[in-house]
Amino acid sequence: MTLREIAEILEADVVAGSDDLDVTIKNACSADMMSAVLYYHTPDSLLITGLTQPHVIRTAEIAGIKSIVFVLDKKPGADTIELARQKKIPILCTRFCMYTASGKLYEAGLPGCLFK
Amino acid sequence: MDETTEGSFQIIGGNFGNAGEASMQLKSKLTELGVNEAIIRRAAIATFEAEMNVIIYAAAGRLHYYINRDKITIKIDDMGPGIENIELAMQEGYSTAPDWVREMGWGAGMGLPNMKKNSDEFRIDSVVGEGTTIEIVINLS
Ligand SMILES: Nc1ncnc2c1ncn2[C@@H]1O[C@H](COP(=O)(O)OP(=O)(O)O)[C@@H](O)[C@H]1O
Ligand SMILES: [Mg+2]
Repeated sequence: MTLREIAEILEADVVAGSDDLDVTIKNACSADMMSAVLYYHTPDSLLITGLTQPHVIRTAEIAGIKSIVFVLDKKPGADTIELARQKKIPILCTRFCMYTASGKLYEAGLPGCLFK
Repeated sequence: MDETTEGSFQIIGGNFGNAGEASMQLKSKLTELGVNEAIIRRAAIATFEAEMNVIIYAAAGRLHYYINRDKITIKIDDMGPGIENIELAMQEGYSTAPDWVREMGWGAGMGLPNMKKNSDEFRIDSVVGEGTTIEIVINLS
C-alpha cells in the first residue's frame, strides 16, 4: 500500500515528506512503548503512535520504519518535524484514535508487522 | 576493513532531546563501512536501548565502539545508581521507570532483553552506587 493511499484512508495531513508519498508500506505496528517498537521486525513498516517527541523519529530511524502516523490529532513540534525531514521519514497526522486508525488500515489490507 | 574503526560518544543523563543521537551516529558509521543491513539494525537497536538506559537512569555515561573485520563491540558505561538485582532487571517487563518516563514511551521493561536478543555476546556488570557497564558484541561473519 502506498503512503498516499494511507493518507487518504486516514484523512490525514502530511506534515513532513509530502514529496515521498509514493513509497510502499508493507505492514504496520501500533505502539506507544518504544521498546515494543524495537522488539518488532519493522523494515518497510508504518508506525502508528500517539507520541510526537523527536526520539520517536530516532526510534523509527533505528528500527528501519518508513513512515509515522500520529493519532488523535496530535501535532508534533518543529524539532520533531525538522528531524523527520532530515531523516526522510514522512509524518502523517490523523484525527482518528490508534484503534480506529489501525482498524481502517487493516481493513484496507495492510497487515500487522511480524515479531522476529 | 582491516583496521579497527573506533569512536566514542558522551551521553548525558536526562537529555531526552538528544536521545538516540549516539546510536544514529554509530548506525551511519556502519552504513558507511558497508556492513549488512540486518546486522546494522541489530547493532543500532541494542545500542539505542543501552543509550536510553543511561539517559533514563544515570547522571552520565560513555559509549565506545570498536569495529573490525570480525565483529562490532559496543561498550556503554555509566555513572549511575547501578542495578541491585541484575537477574530481575533482565526479565521481560521488569521496570522501575517512573511515570513521566513511561509517558515518553520508555519503561516497558524490554530494554535489557532487547539488547541481549540482538547481540551475539552480551555482558552486564553493575555496582550499586557507582554505575553499570554493558558490553555488546555482534559478529560480522
Ligand atoms: N544503566 C542503568 N542504571 C541503573 N539501572 C538500570 C540501568 N539499566 C537498567 N536499569 C534497571 O533495570 C530495569 C530494566 O531495564 P530495561 O530492561 O532497559 O527496561 P526499562 O528501561 O524499560 O525499565 C530498569 O527499570 C532499571 O531499574
Ligand atoms: Mg530500558
